[in-house]
Amino acid sequence: MTIVRALALVLVAGLAAAPSALAQISDGIIKIGILNDQSSLYADLGGAGSVVAARMAVEDFGADKKGLKVEFVSADHQNKADVGSQIARQWYDTDKVDVIVDVPNSGVALALTQITKEKGKAMLVSGAATADLTGKACTPNTIHWTYDTWALANGTGNAVVKTGGDTWFFLTSDYAFGHALERDVEAVVLKNGAKVLGKVRHPLNTQDFSSFLLQTQASKAKIIGLANAGGDTTNAIKQGAEFGIVKGGQNFAGLLVFLTDVHALGLPTAQGLIFTETFYWDANEQTRAFAKRFAPRDRGIHPTMVHAGVYAAVTHYLKAVEALKSDDGTKVIAKMKEMPTDDPLFGKGTVRADGRKVHPAYLFEVKKPNESKGPWDYYNLRATIPTEQAFRPLDQGDCPLVKK
Amino acid sequence: MTTQALFGQLLIGLINGAFYALLSLGLAVIFGLLNIINFAHGALYMMGAFVAYFLLQWAGLGYWWALLVAPIVVALVGTVLERTMLRWLYHLDHLYGLLLTFGIALVIEGLFRNEFGSSGLPYSIPDALRGSYNLGFMFLPTYRAWVVVFSLVVCLTTWYVIERTRLGAYLRAATENPTLVQAFGINVPRMITLTYGFGVGLAALAGVLAAPIYQVNPLMGANMIIVVFAVVVIGGMGSIMGSIVTGFALGIVEGLTKVFYPEASSTVIFVIMALVLFVRPAGLFGRTA
Amino acid sequence: MATATDTLATPVAALPAATTVPAHQRLAFAAMVALLVVAPFLVYPVFLMKALCFALFACAFNLLIGYVGLLSFGHAAFLGSAGYASAHAAKVWGFPPEAAILFGTLVAAMLGVGIGALTIRSRGIYFANITLAFAQMIFFFAVQAKFTGGEDGIQGVPRGMLLGVVDLRRPYVMYFVVLAIFLLGFLIVYRTIHSPFGQVLKAVRENEPRAISLGYRAEHYKLIAFVLSATLSGLAGATKALVFQLASLTDVHWTMSGEVVLMTLLGGLGTVFGPVVGAFIMIGLENYLATLGAWVTIVQGAIFVVCVLVFRRGVVGELGRLIRKPL
Repeated sequence: MTIVRALALVLVAGLAAAPSALAQISDGIIKIGILNDQSSLYADLGGAGSVVAARMAVEDFGADKKGLKVEFVSADHQNKADVGSQIARQWYDTDKVDVIVDVPNSGVALALTQITKEKGKAMLVSGAATADLTGKACTPNTIHWTYDTWALANGTGNAVVKTGGDTWFFLTSDYAFGHALERDVEAVVLKNGAKVLGKVRHPLNTQDFSSFLLQTQASKAKIIGLANAGGDTTNAIKQGAEFGIVKGGQNFAGLLVFLTDVHALGLPTAQGLIFTETFYWDANEQTRAFAKRFAPRDRGIHPTMVHAGVYAAVTHYLKAVEALKSDDGTKVIAKMKEMPTDDPLFGKGTVRADGRKVHPAYLFEVKKPNESKGPWDYYNLRATIPTEQAFRPLDQGDCPLVKK
Repeated sequence: MTTQALFGQLLIGLINGAFYALLSLGLAVIFGLLNIINFAHGALYMMGAFVAYFLLQWAGLGYWWALLVAPIVVALVGTVLERTMLRWLYHLDHLYGLLLTFGIALVIEGLFRNEFGSSGLPYSIPDALRGSYNLGFMFLPTYRAWVVVFSLVVCLTTWYVIERTRLGAYLRAATENPTLVQAFGINVPRMITLTYGFGVGLAALAGVLAAPIYQVNPLMGANMIIVVFAVVVIGGMGSIMGSIVTGFALGIVEGLTKVFYPEASSTVIFVIMALVLFVRPAGLFGRTA
Repeated sequence: MATATDTLATPVAALPAATTVPAHQRLAFAAMVALLVVAPFLVYPVFLMKALCFALFACAFNLLIGYVGLLSFGHAAFLGSAGYASAHAAKVWGFPPEAAILFGTLVAAMLGVGIGALTIRSRGIYFANITLAFAQMIFFFAVQAKFTGGEDGIQGVPRGMLLGVVDLRRPYVMYFVVLAIFLLGFLIVYRTIHSPFGQVLKAVRENEPRAISLGYRAEHYKLIAFVLSATLSGLAGATKALVFQLASLTDVHWTMSGEVVLMTLLGGLGTVFGPVVGAFIMIGLENYLATLGAWVTIVQGAIFVVCVLVFRRGVVGELGRLIRKPL
């Protein structure tokens, strides 16, 4: 009899002690879904590394000690809007995912931002570029971290024109991102008094750029603006060398270049490239410490700004969930806009009303081979663009959430 | 468009045409002699490129070795496929062969994509073929010039062997009337297997040629296969010379299209195919079915 | 060498000349409907809707290959164009859903007439090739045309209110509408096969010269079957665009044409229920293996190979052989 009574006591005590803090978190679990390109041209700059970054954010936040249960799922959207949409719907509807993270490929991100709003969940975009995510396509359920096409255009476009690049020809990837990047860079370039001599569009994931490169050569523009990313950018630059683009007196302007692209190209080919990014692993002690922990978990790849963005966004998300004691998408996003951000990778910053996370941007130049002390030591810092100037002003985006 | 630019695009077109010709040659050999519609051709082309990549990574054997070894390795794979699977379908409708090889292509491409992702693996141009010729209107990379020359040589040699030598005559006779030829003591099943292997080997050879410029990538075959099919159909499904001529010609037409209406360049081949099939249902050089 | 009458489907046991529905088929149909009515309460409805759309697509495709003996490698053109048409109508022109779906179906029908007229004279591999050629031209058009949105597709297609009263945004409601559409298409195919028209089609497939000598204008019959197949494929595509609220290039890509061939082959060429079973199996497999990435393609390829080598009758075909009655 005493055993039964003892057991009953234990049972009651256990039930009483159950943390009521989790009462409002959906089924007691915070489920994070990392959706990105894991097998194609964007696999290295995000891919499996983004999953690592998210895990590190949860570990560093100390979720276990704070009594928060966090689970992960990840999937490959193959850069297709329909695949991404189906996965997102299923995650939200049946798999109880609370927040989707990363989402490179602007077309997929745009499709998902609407679904996320419909279902009242949350989305933290690190990989996608289109500035429309905080412009006409903005929603109260999405935060755009890391970078966007406007920031890139502003940084790189200005810098290149000022160093004498006054005639441009665009080689553009034919989908939402390429169009957005081309549009934003063209605006900056024209504002600075340069001329755009022509444009040519290529399909996403093009293997052979020979005929497009011939057209860029025929235009005789001083600068060939590469409004594409990942494998497309590196292929164009490599094949450009074959066809004597630089020998013929023209220069490539990489409008979106990641650390992994420079690694793939190698310093001899990539040296001198100028572009804008918002994070570099070798910038300060904290970023270096992060890189040291990250690299062994991602096959030796050092963190790109996309990885850093996933880490920072998940960290801030967890802070907001902890403060709110709820993982309701719309409410958490609102809380994230309320709270100032602070993490070891981007420092202190804020999330604006239109969902844009703002922080300084940096103009980098790729080192010459003899300047580099080893693999992944690739960048020289040319200039820092302060936060107030780095991103499109709040009132210029046509975002319906912003009160005029 | 200046004439300079025009010549440049035509030259690029010729280079692409060389690939089409080499690939459709293998396909035409297989269909013309064996009546097999080999949809796996693109996947085997891709395997050729990967074998070249592996040879370099694991055995340190460079490009010149790959040109020799890769076609042999992939041809062996082809003969295994023929012996174990295709053999059972000869008595059925041709379209079952198409479906089978389509399935084989999916399996091969899926396995490679699973292992290697779908962006390209790097394979560098051999040192002897680096650099470019300054032709005035464009810089022609030496390697691409080599591609055109080499393809032409292989295509013409193959055509000669099949159409003008005794071995070729045996092959052609064996497919017209296998029982009779077998009665003469010639091992027809073995000839068929060897022919399939040869056709597949040609595809792999094209793959090795492509590796330095098109990036070694599991999807490289899938992108090519329907175009190559169109080339073979336009040329006439049984005709070797038809495929060679059509391959180069279509490459040039594609190049021209890139000058005037670049977005249509990947579709112009299909428009031509529809037109040709309408006017000459057996293709330009084909024998009537 | 290819003979004049290239047939593809393995003939199943001859159906009775009378048009009464055989008992076992009535039973199978009732079982199918019962299963489909109960299913959404057990399985994720969006998955089921996807399977139903593809089942309709496969049934439409089977009409052409199973009963006319023509392998079309370009059926994605009808699925995809109807999808774009209905998506555009619903999103940009503000059509109510029933009008959008009707419009999409109509577009597919007109395409069917156009392409059919140009291709119906070909046979065998040439027919496969020329349908592929036209499908590629449609694909090109889809990539270039501004309204299709290129790589991004047409996103955010509103589901709207059916007939002004039924709210399609609720998943169960949408499901039963899709089920109704599927059953409609299925019954149209069934009625076509088991009508005098269907009997002539079978005659044409078995021995075209003889059918012609008996006075039937074979090409007319083939063309009508082609257009019907295209129209129903369009119905599937137009509905699918509203289910997923997205129309994209995937639906006009030639690999989609390959998928429907696989579904029909797996289920059973020339059987009544085969395409439905094949579609459900394939979509189920894709879903189950989705997290494993490229394994979907590998498994699909392996199924193709196995089916062609040893399983040519497909699941339902083998089942039919087992019970010695056509299914």
